[in-house]
Amino acid sequence: MRNVSKVITIIVFIFLYVPIIILAISSFSSGTDLAVFKEFTLNQYHELFRDTDLLILVRNSAIIAVLSTSIATILGTAAALGMHKMSKKMRNLVMSMTNIPMTNPDIVTGVSLALMFAFTGTMLKLNSILGFWTLLIAHVTFNLPYVILNVMPRLSQMDQNLTDAALDLGCTPVKAFFKVTIHEIMPGIIAGALMSFTMSLDDFVISYFVTGSGFVTLPVEIYNYTKKPIHPKLYALFTLMFIVILALMIVMNVLQAKADKRKSQSHASQIGGVS
Amino acid sequence: MKRKWLTAPYIVWMLLFTIIPLCIVIYFAFTDSITGEFTFSNITGMWDYAPIFLRSIWLSVIATIICLIIGYPVAYTIAQCKPRTQQLLQMLIMLPMCMSFLLRTLAWVALLEDTGIINNFVSAIGLTPLPLIRNSGAVILGMVYNYLPYMILPLYTSISKINPRLIEAAEDLGCNKTKVFGKVTLPLSMPGIASGITMVFVPAVSTFYISQKLGSPGTILVGDIIESQFKGAYNPNLGAAMSLILMILIFICIGISNHFTNSDSEEEVMMP
Amino acid sequence: MAQELICLKDLVMEFGKDRVLDSINLSIEDKKFMTLLGPSGCGKTTTLRIIAGFQNPTSGEVFFDQQKINDVPPYKRQINTVFQNYALFPHLDVYDNIAFGLRISKLPEEEIDKRVGEMLEAVSLKGFENRKVTSLSGGQQQRVAIARALVNRPKVLLLDEPLGALDLRLRKDMQNELKAIQQEVGITFVYVTHDQEEALSMSDTVVVMDAGKIQQIGTPEDIYNEPANAFVADFIGESNILDGIMVDDFRVKFFDREFACVDQGFEKNEPVDVVIRPEDVDIVAPDDGHLCGTVTNVTFKGVHYDTIVDFKGFKWLIQTTDFHKEGSVIGIRLNPDDIHVMHKSEYSGMFGDYSSYSEEYDDISVVEDDEENE
Repeated sequence: MRNVSKVITIIVFIFLYVPIIILAISSFSSGTDLAVFKEFTLNQYHELFRDTDLLILVRNSAIIAVLSTSIATILGTAAALGMHKMSKKMRNLVMSMTNIPMTNPDIVTGVSLALMFAFTGTMLKLNSILGFWTLLIAHVTFNLPYVILNVMPRLSQMDQNLTDAALDLGCTPVKAFFKVTIHEIMPGIIAGALMSFTMSLDDFVISYFVTGSGFVTLPVEIYNYTKKPIHPKLYALFTLMFIVILALMIVMNVLQAKADKRKSQSHASQIGGVS
Repeated sequence: MKRKWLTAPYIVWMLLFTIIPLCIVIYFAFTDSITGEFTFSNITGMWDYAPIFLRSIWLSVIATIICLIIGYPVAYTIAQCKPRTQQLLQMLIMLPMCMSFLLRTLAWVALLEDTGIINNFVSAIGLTPLPLIRNSGAVILGMVYNYLPYMILPLYTSISKINPRLIEAAEDLGCNKTKVFGKVTLPLSMPGIASGITMVFVPAVSTFYISQKLGSPGTILVGDIIESQFKGAYNPNLGAAMSLILMILIFICIGISNHFTNSDSEEEVMMP
Repeated sequence: MAQELICLKDLVMEFGKDRVLDSINLSIEDKKFMTLLGPSGCGKTTTLRIIAGFQNPTSGEVFFDQQKINDVPPYKRQINTVFQNYALFPHLDVYDNIAFGLRISKLPEEEIDKRVGEMLEAVSLKGFENRKVTSLSGGQQQRVAIARALVNRPKVLLLDEPLGALDLRLRKDMQNELKAIQQEVGITFVYVTHDQEEALSMSDTVVVMDAGKIQQIGTPEDIYNEPANAFVADFIGESNILDGIMVDDFRVKFFDREFACVDQGFEKNEPVDVVIRPEDVDIVAPDDGHLCGTVTNVTFKGVHYDTIVDFKGFKWLIQTTDFHKEGSVIGIRLNPDDIHVMHKSEYSGMFGDYSSYSEEYDDISVVEDDEENE
């Protein structure tokens, strides 16, 4: 039974990575067909860096991701702090509102925002308000739940007396937050921000509905590209992104491992000290 | 100072950009596209699309079940590894989720096409090429491929949270390996199963890209129709009605799945 | 009479429909060690948190040095707290934890250094300055928590079950140490615990609380020897509590027999609760006793035997160093000062019967054993 599980696991990993490997290999091929490898070449990468349009798209995606993550992190952390102090009933109410974008399909979220923006546009007698701002609003909206869902557990796991202790020792509530609470919930804030950032960077469905002609992100434009025969420089871009994300994840993993090690060490010595 | 007020900006934001948009969807669903008057015709018109709704649900239910069946052993295997390996494997599961799913789906097109990688190989060894693409099977494959990580991660989380002492206790009380799994591991991983099902089913039932690339006109899904109402044949009222029905159907499906997995009880078992 | 430092007037605390504190009136004297003692949920921690300023009472007033401080936030009160589980800041080391309050009040670094150094010496943690607090043992964390509070030179130190997480041996040591620290720094300690032994051995004054009300205030001796009602008698130590009639001053009647006692000031023929401590009973030959009963259960407890004796269907717990085997018939004698008479209260009849001895009492001893094993 266990061996069957292991075999399935190996097959699943192959299954998950085969398409990625195909794309990576094709980025070094001189042909345009993904299915056929012609000659080895680095041309696609040259082309990629010469294509200013594509680089602008990458920049647009990055701007939206960074801005929406920052706004969502600040707004979400503040919200979590407040929710933590609410009565259970109120908290559940706010939580169910938080869960709406999480359980709603992306397409419905996208459509509902698109309709509202169109509605607002008509009210303001503007042709279309779709563009940078609508994109930013949409991204903040779907990022917020990730921040809250990561920060809330940290807050409730935190020893509630820590904040009281800071007040007891002379901190004002604001000072207590920056001197004590924020250190305790930082892992949650970072996890929430990282999740938001990747979600935002990779989001296609919602962006697709709220984007205008003025400001387009990379995934949306990739969709437009895939409607016609695709240029292989996109495979080069994909491969580069894969490497960057892989590197980021490895760094995070190593940092996490180090933190865990420290924690388990201190935990061990604590137990040793008591008994 | 009342710390509760820190939530106020968030609540305002969510009201403006989640609740109100949903209200507008409802508003559009019940208004005529030309006259702007109140009407039920958008909703009643949905009967014409019933086969498409059924197909969407049918294909995504199959995809969800496949994800559960192959995802569970994977999650279980990962949870049995050493902590360092667990982290590494978890990372490898998450990595594809961060990459453009459009391009990855395109890679499947290259694999499955009539002149694709697999069929090239099949012809090379002298067999007739297989019809791998432009059918429901290919759409299900695309769904499984794209959303499998969303099944594995919550399953892994809930399996790895199970206190190993509970397993030992079950063995102590006379369960063999199979019984331990059936009586302890599986029931305790129910919250993971429930959230895995939701996380796979919701995006699968509402997808439009996968069916466009891997399916045929005969496998059009709800997502495709909604998309075309906003991006092609512009009829937002029909699109809104469809989105509304989709939301309600998803709500019902999740309710049914929660009923079977009992995830409402939230009996999560945490490590001490 | 020492000077009053903190005064609580008619404190009421309600969480929704729950009344956690019910008109608490309490005066805390300067430089004294006062303990709030009671079972969990009795409102003792809430009282402490109101004094610290973390919670605002639903109604009632808090005075500090004759000044009303209801609206003074915790960070402006000259009161510091040692929290349950210590609440040390995990991101700071030992030195920075202790220096935290001084840095907030912006003292010059040399002054901080001097005071932290003194404090570390006082709690014998010299050399631990740069250790992470999470790497310390429970006892060491406890000392850091005390140092972190005392270094600010508060007028009052509040301690919320500070020894609860320590094992038995360490708890005993820390009890002595805490008492010594209190006498050395000469400030008021308000100590919250559910451990009666801790309360009796450390305090100048013990406040026994239950169900949001103060049941009795007194010195440890008063509380033990003159419990105000059946709750206090049962909560502090073991007691046999019987129904009796106060026939006259110094005369109490129970089991159809009049006994001489030392209590007075009751009405004639008032129904009362009579407390007899298990260790006060003298066992004699059946013929010489005031009462005669049958031994139904004997448990060896180390220093003594817990002997359950059936007197006309009512079971007493008697603690004796002599072994009387099950089934034997014994007599007992009660001297006037072995008998304590209390007014009837809402708690009458709820405590002090050892008929269900074996289950109840054994449960408690199992819990104690567990704590020792930790």
